[in-house]
Amino acid sequence: MKYLLKYMKDYRKEAILAPLFKMLEALFDLFVPLVMAALIDNGIANRDIPYIFRMCAILILLAVAGLAISITAQWFSAKAATGFAGDIRSRLFEHIQELSFSQMDIFGADTLITRMTADVNQLQNGVNLALRLFLRSPFVVFGSMILAFTVDVRAALIFVVAIPVLSAVVFGIMLWTMPMYRRVQEKLDKIMTGTRENLTGVRVIRAFGQEENEIESFHEKNQDLSRMQQFVGRISGLMNPLTYVIINLATAWLIYAGAVRINAGYLTQGQMVALLNYMSQILVELIKLANLIIQMTRAAACGDRIADILTVEPNMKDGNLTASSMEDSDTVVEFRDVSLTYEGDSGKALDGISFSVKRGQTVGIIGGTGSGKSSLVNLIPRFYDATEGEILVGGHDVRQYQQEQLRSRIGVVLQKAELFKGTIADNLRWGKEDASEEEMQEALSISQAKEYVDKKPGGTSFELEQNGRNLSGGQKQRLTIARALVRKPDILIMDDSASALDFATDAKLRMAVRKASSSLTTFIVSQRAASVQYADMILVMDDGKLVGSGTHDELIRDNKVYQEIYYSQFPKDETGDSGKKDLTQPGAGKQDMADGKEAE
Amino acid sequence: MAGSKEKKKVNRAGQTQIIKKVLRYLGRYRIFLWASLLLALITVVMQLYIPKITGTVVDYMAGKGQVDFDGVVNDVVKVIIAACIAGLAQWLQNLCNNKMTYDVVKDIRNDAFDKIEKLPLSYIDSHPVGEMESRVIADADQFADGLLMGFTQLFTGVITIAGTLIFMISIDGWIALAVVALTPLSFVVAGFISKRSYKMFRRQSELRGEQTGFINEMVEGQKVVKAFNRREKTVEEFDEINKRLTETSLKATFFSSITNPSTRFVNSIVYAVVGVTGAVRVIHGGMTVGGLTAFLSYATQYAKPFNEISGVVTDLQNAVACAGRVLELIELEPQVPDAKDAIAPDSFRGQVDVKDVDFSYVKGQNLIRGFNLSVNPGQKIAIVGPTGCGKTTLINLLMRFYDVDSGAIYVDGTDIRKLTRHALREGYGMVLQETWLKSGTIRENITMGNPDVSEEEMIRVAKTCHIDSFIRRLPEGYDTKVSENGEDFSQGQRQLLCIARVMMCNPSMLILDEATSSIDTRTELKIQDAFNAMMVGRTSFIVAHRLSTIRNADCILVMKDGHIIEKGTHNELMQRQGFYYDLYQSQFMGRVI
Repeated sequence: MKYLLKYMKDYRKEAILAPLFKMLEALFDLFVPLVMAALIDNGIANRDIPYIFRMCAILILLAVAGLAISITAQWFSAKAATGFAGDIRSRLFEHIQELSFSQMDIFGADTLITRMTADVNQLQNGVNLALRLFLRSPFVVFGSMILAFTVDVRAALIFVVAIPVLSAVVFGIMLWTMPMYRRVQEKLDKIMTGTRENLTGVRVIRAFGQEENEIESFHEKNQDLSRMQQFVGRISGLMNPLTYVIINLATAWLIYAGAVRINAGYLTQGQMVALLNYMSQILVELIKLANLIIQMTRAAACGDRIADILTVEPNMKDGNLTASSMEDSDTVVEFRDVSLTYEGDSGKALDGISFSVKRGQTVGIIGGTGSGKSSLVNLIPRFYDATEGEILVGGHDVRQYQQEQLRSRIGVVLQKAELFKGTIADNLRWGKEDASEEEMQEALSISQAKEYVDKKPGGTSFELEQNGRNLSGGQKQRLTIARALVRKPDILIMDDSASALDFATDAKLRMAVRKASSSLTTFIVSQRAASVQYADMILVMDDGKLVGSGTHDELIRDNKVYQEIYYSQFPKDETGDSGKKDLTQPGAGKQDMADGKEAE
Repeated sequence: MAGSKEKKKVNRAGQTQIIKKVLRYLGRYRIFLWASLLLALITVVMQLYIPKITGTVVDYMAGKGQVDFDGVVNDVVKVIIAACIAGLAQWLQNLCNNKMTYDVVKDIRNDAFDKIEKLPLSYIDSHPVGEMESRVIADADQFADGLLMGFTQLFTGVITIAGTLIFMISIDGWIALAVVALTPLSFVVAGFISKRSYKMFRRQSELRGEQTGFINEMVEGQKVVKAFNRREKTVEEFDEINKRLTETSLKATFFSSITNPSTRFVNSIVYAVVGVTGAVRVIHGGMTVGGLTAFLSYATQYAKPFNEISGVVTDLQNAVACAGRVLELIELEPQVPDAKDAIAPDSFRGQVDVKDVDFSYVKGQNLIRGFNLSVNPGQKIAIVGPTGCGKTTLINLLMRFYDVDSGAIYVDGTDIRKLTRHALREGYGMVLQETWLKSGTIRENITMGNPDVSEEEMIRVAKTCHIDSFIRRLPEGYDTKVSENGEDFSQGQRQLLCIARVMMCNPSMLILDEATSSIDTRTELKIQDAFNAMMVGRTSFIVAHRLSTIRNADCILVMKDGHIIEKGTHNELMQRQGFYYDLYQSQFMGRVI
């Protein structure tokens, strides 16, 4: 929380003035009972009507001044709170953009989003409330006591007893119940999980005839929650009645003590009224203060969570080489004994990988789920840094490049097709900011997307919804490929990015990419043997290790893992003849088949 | 204009309907409701009585040597008694509300959940999970807080106002009139501000939505942002939205925070006016100093409930809306109950006949028309075809997740509508593409359909499915907890657990709906053994995307547009060189290029 205070710097003036003005307002409030006391003791006792009106004028003056000052304070406080939150949001967003992926993985996207939205909002409210009340409430409580002392020391001693007792009750109950509310929340979460599970797993639950058991278990959890809620409710329900009784006991004591003091001539009737007034102000402010403290603890927790992210130093240092250095060697990509362990993981995701790729080659990477294929290609544009070994691009270690320069020559197509709200052209321009219509059309036709884009109303100016929701899976993938191609990269990485395409389109796409440029080095990650079969080199991954590399013919001869993968997709007895049959007439339904992967 | 008025009327009628239903839920706790109201009345009366006593007590102490101690002591005792009664009554009232609120929300939640278990699949399939979940969780909560708390608050507020008014009039009618005349000022000010700040809050939440959307996109698409060097651009765009949001936030926060000072100002004015007129009245002998003190504290109390009530009314409306949503769920038409004379055979031979079945999800758009199929016990039937051809729909019908529109499905010669759902589904074992596991232990998951299975039998089945050794390596073996949907396990492991779950029940018929399509082919080959073991001697229906997995089926049905267009073994269909042949080739074509 302290760490965040520096973002308050720009609002230092507001942050100091707001509480000060609030205190001033409270001070005026505190004068009111004194004025009223004077009105009773002097005005009424002396039957001095002009005096009474003068006092009334003072009361109104106090009210007007209080209003003006208080509105000023609210303005300062709102300004400081919203400005502070705005700056933090902006800084947070920028900071997140600077983090490396390994750092982002630790937090996870959901967490980062919550930090930037809900947590910052909570913090803003907390700051706003704190600026307004944190000084004001104690000031009123102690101010009342001090002014009571100026009225009559003996009577004021009752305040000295009442305030701690009330505080003990208020804060005691709050501290007692706070952890219980957390447990209530946990129990509520359990119910929520139960409900969600029953909705997502409805087929399985009904197939196994589990409805009755599920109902029983839900009722049990629900009962449990209800019991806990009632228990907490019983305790927190004590607060109001208890404080009420205490404050009235204090009042009763004050009345009796006051009567004695008046009788002895130390106190006037008006002063007695003033003391009673002060007594009644304390309770309200104490409860406000207690609520404030709860809010502040919450806000501080949010603040700490935000600071946790802001204090993470981006752990990737930029080098100084520019993109032109990538042409220094004909060996475009080389891995030298590379290992990668993701932060927080115990096992290695990649283990001792070495290979090298010449300009213009096509490299296929194949292996089961979780074998390390994606991890491997993620190292080339330096999304992650290798834990051991080095990765050379154009003969230089990737860490020697400026990250943006390195990435400007690499076209990456990720497994998950991420598109953004905006037109198709907007999305393509991610690849190249000043791409001409011609360049875009070319990229679209290589990626086999032209056909469907042309059919969209407006062609490349067709508007995509958030995440490209209004395209099918296969369409999205082809568009992300076009986006990578439009910048005419030196290296193209396709990370399982044709999984939603049918085999024929996939093949056409690969052929078109090959034809497009002879100097383009392509990495194709796939689970399909067919997609990598004709690559110049196939890397076979298994459990983070490179278990084989070579051409299809070499691997099919003596690589056990490759054989297993291959024959699981092309059973042995079929391999002989299916290639020979007439394949120029693809079946009508196959496009649907492929796109249906997500749909079904 | 007329239309909107009409709508409002309907809406109000709807609200009354909802409130009536809510009262029905309250029925069991009626006694608590009445007690709560009675206790609220006692609390308020006692609380209002105390300033009156303190007023008179002030009159007992006119000055030095003039204090009436008997009167003072008498009143002090009265204050203490009144405070204790008020405190006790308030506490009891809290207990009543507590009991009522949480019990009602519990009942309503139970009912809502029970309904979920009985809803037709068609409803669940066509409604987002999040929406239904929020009805059971958030709406139920808000309803309880808002409606019951709001109701008692409203009641307390109203009697406080009425009581204050009566006490004020009892002291001095004219000043009371002045106070009443001044209070609308407070409403006008509060109303003016809240209308303005409401607009700005709405604008703020729109902007927040816009910003959250942007953050979502950019954080989730982080890799793309980096790969394409869009960092600066993205930050720029963000800052632009952020600036707008910050400005609107400032306005909204500021405007709403004016409310308190403004109403406080109005109260101060009322206070001053009461002070001066009261003082004049005292001088003229129409009132005592004590009366004035009491009056002043009433005058400040009088305005407070008004502000609260306006807040409560919005809460109440919101609560009624929430109650409406939960009740809507509770009142949904459940699935057609099992026929009264439905039978529940212990086991099936596995003869399945589909006769002249028509079916549609949307009325008028027939998906399956005149479907016929006859399967002998122990046969393996594969179903293939393009998306939307009705493969999964057929499964929905076989399991009776949906009912046919016309025609009938028979198992061992009995129309499945004449069987209990429970018995029919027990006859089937089902493995789906989505590997759903419930939170609980592995044991609970795999013995889900047959909790009484013996330890030896469980382990034997687990071995057949090749998961026994994997489970044994887990920290707590079969009692290891499965986290939400088993994310700690690989796709293949989860699928094996699902297979074991089915094997444990020993069903006579099997349904495998795209059971391996999310597993890589090499892993698939490894669990294929488990599948094959499972299918021995059982009537099996296999829906597959990957054609290589179904080549040894007894009969392959090729579906298109709700019809079977081809039927036969793999070899027969390949020889025919028709639709199946094309499909099959298209999956292997990539190899030639």
